[in-house]
Amino acid sequence: MPQTARHAEHPDSSPLTIHDMTVAYQRRPVLWDIDYSAPEGKLVAIIGPNGAGKTTLMKAVLGLIPTISGEIRFYGKTYRQHRSRVGYVPQRESVDWDFPVSALDVVAMGLYRNIGWCRPVTQKYRHAAREALERVGMGQYATRQISQLSGGQQQRVFLARALVQGADFYLMDEPFTGVDAATERAIIDILRTLRDTGKTAMVVHHDLQTVTEYFDHVILLNMRLVAAGETTEVFTPENLRKTYGGKLALLDRVGHQMTMAGGQQ
Amino acid sequence: MIGNVREIGLWPVAKLLTACVLLATLLSTDPAMALETEPDDGTSLSEQFVRVVTLRDYNTRIVLLGTMLLGASAGIVGVFMLLRRQALVGDVVAHCALPGIALAFIVLEAVSPGSGKSLPGLLAGAMVAGVLGAWATLAVQRLTRIKPDAALAIVLSVFFGLGVALFTIVQSLPTGTAAGLHDFVYGKPASIIAADVKFIALASAVVVLICGMLFKEFALLCFDDGFAASQGWPVGLLDVVLLGLVVGVTVIGLQSVGLLLVVAMLIIPAAAARFWTEQLWLMTLVAGLLGAAGAAVGVLLSALFPKLAAGAVIVLAGAAFFLVSLAFGTRRGVLRRVMVYWQTRRKIGRHDLMRAAYEALESEGETATPLSPTELTGRTLHFDQLLGRRRWTPGRLKRLVATALREGLLRREDGDVLRLTENGAGHAARIVRNHRLWELYLIRYADVAPSHIDRDADRIEHVLNPELVDELEAVLAERTAAVAVPPSPHEIGTADAATETK
Repeated sequence: MPQTARHAEHPDSSPLTIHDMTVAYQRRPVLWDIDYSAPEGKLVAIIGPNGAGKTTLMKAVLGLIPTISGEIRFYGKTYRQHRSRVGYVPQRESVDWDFPVSALDVVAMGLYRNIGWCRPVTQKYRHAAREALERVGMGQYATRQISQLSGGQQQRVFLARALVQGADFYLMDEPFTGVDAATERAIIDILRTLRDTGKTAMVVHHDLQTVTEYFDHVILLNMRLVAAGETTEVFTPENLRKTYGGKLALLDRVGHQMTMAGGQQ
Repeated sequence: MIGNVREIGLWPVAKLLTACVLLATLLSTDPAMALETEPDDGTSLSEQFVRVVTLRDYNTRIVLLGTMLLGASAGIVGVFMLLRRQALVGDVVAHCALPGIALAFIVLEAVSPGSGKSLPGLLAGAMVAGVLGAWATLAVQRLTRIKPDAALAIVLSVFFGLGVALFTIVQSLPTGTAAGLHDFVYGKPASIIAADVKFIALASAVVVLICGMLFKEFALLCFDDGFAASQGWPVGLLDVVLLGLVVGVTVIGLQSVGLLLVVAMLIIPAAAARFWTEQLWLMTLVAGLLGAAGAAVGVLLSALFPKLAAGAVIVLAGAAFFLVSLAFGTRRGVLRRVMVYWQTRRKIGRHDLMRAAYEALESEGETATPLSPTELTGRTLHFDQLLGRRRWTPGRLKRLVATALREGLLRREDGDVLRLTENGAGHAARIVRNHRLWELYLIRYADVAPSHIDRDADRIEHVLNPELVDELEAVLAERTAAVAVPPSPHEIGTADAATETK
């Protein structure tokens, strides 16, 4: 089953289909020939060692970094056409939390697209932002300046910013990293609620111990797609060894040689 | 009220600016005012002071207005440059303007001799060169692996060098009207005339209007450009617009503060405003006001003392505002931080002392806890007894005791013999109670080993607020119903004992 996904047809109903995607920084490929089709209404974990290209995968499908080749479709259309159906939660460390805005202001940023150019954030949108904050259990921190929140609270603010959009498909980059137990519980509760209402979430995850408990599907990634499919079938010691076992040194070396060869030209 | 202001964003500011433009037009065209003469050289300093401060001189008024508008718009744009971490881009743009000015002069002289010093022409040259410089910086970063700071340094110095070289050519031109071009390097607010003020007012109004309209877009760009891009905002275009604003402000600032110092007008008010607020719209407002105020003080000072370089005085006035903000800022000022630190330190010291007093009395008595208020006030405590309870130096304990004596928590019986007052006894009982509630909670619900509990509880008890204590009581209801102060869940050791276990 896991390997057949590579050859499966990409149905229009799939929240995300990736076809033969390769991504490179400078000349060095970091993701090779990714072929994947996400199942609808499931929680999908992306796991793999550091430098495996997990964040790169997310940024590439969102068009934040250029791809060398490949085709990416959200619900059968390009990201440009379906932007509002996709919610994105970047890594918490990717921004400066000393920024002079409140938790509510950050959540409202998820609505800026709906508000449109040059228009102020009206009461209606602030209301929606507050509701999103309440969904992640942060209602009472709405007016707090974001640097005064704990790491877990900041993560929940980021989550609320994606939720407020009302998207159908969510891409989350390490939402469980460096958070307290209460936040972890809050996030997994929200993920399950999303799934129960037919939404899909793809989550970069680090804690292998909770993969089977939290996620229905799993993608094992190490510069290439090692395996993908239902957690019960794919999350095996064999596949984990393939993903984390350092046997990909060869792939790494090829990439390095390409860099060198390119440099000499 | 605050909610309303936020909702309408910067629109009132934009309206205000429009009003300023109208005002500037009115002021600069009033013939009655234009007839007023310059002060005689014979006037005393105090007369001159009154004259300057009451704005009786038409020229002072014009210069003041123009520079204040510039200061306000530079402060507002500076906020976004600061938050976008591009504080030095303004400096690059300004330095790169120099060859533009020189080239514009040469071209203008070549086309029609004598027209070289036309301000619009020179500023157009400055603007083109400034944009080129900013673009060159980006190109160097993108095309090579040179880091942003190095790219800035390279472009800035190369363009400036080119400018200096061109200036020597300009000075050797036969027309000989190049004198005055150097004012662009150091700035000369006094050279601002009524027509310039209209131009500055218009430009400032446009700058502030754009900042107001794109307020939320700029905020998103500065906070999280990755998310902005994922949402489909044209991040590149927004950066270009922001850069355009910087170029605009820089070019109109060249005349008054000069290209070497114009970056100060962009960044100093913004940096100063950050000390006063945690809200972006307020920070923008404060930066605009500080920019205008700094410019006003600078202009007035240089009108009083004409020998001072006015551009530099404006920057120094801004720096003075910055220092005041740094020290007294209500949000991030140094003074506030120090005060919060000392308050916390003092509170923790008092808590530690009261608990030490309680436990010293407790370990003396044969009876089971809790100690009644009479038991607490009835017995005396020796300084050395307290000293043995925690690892504190005699000096620190002496200071703590002195504070407690002043606060009426302790009473001095005789020399080193102390006694808790009634107030102190109540305080001590409450603190010990909170501490032990927390210890119980940790042992029972957080699986913390009793031998480690004292240390962890120590850290937390100082931040326990009444609501948390209520919650603790609810959780530990059955244990606390009977006793005012629960017995310590671990052996109460002295400092020595604590050291041994480590």
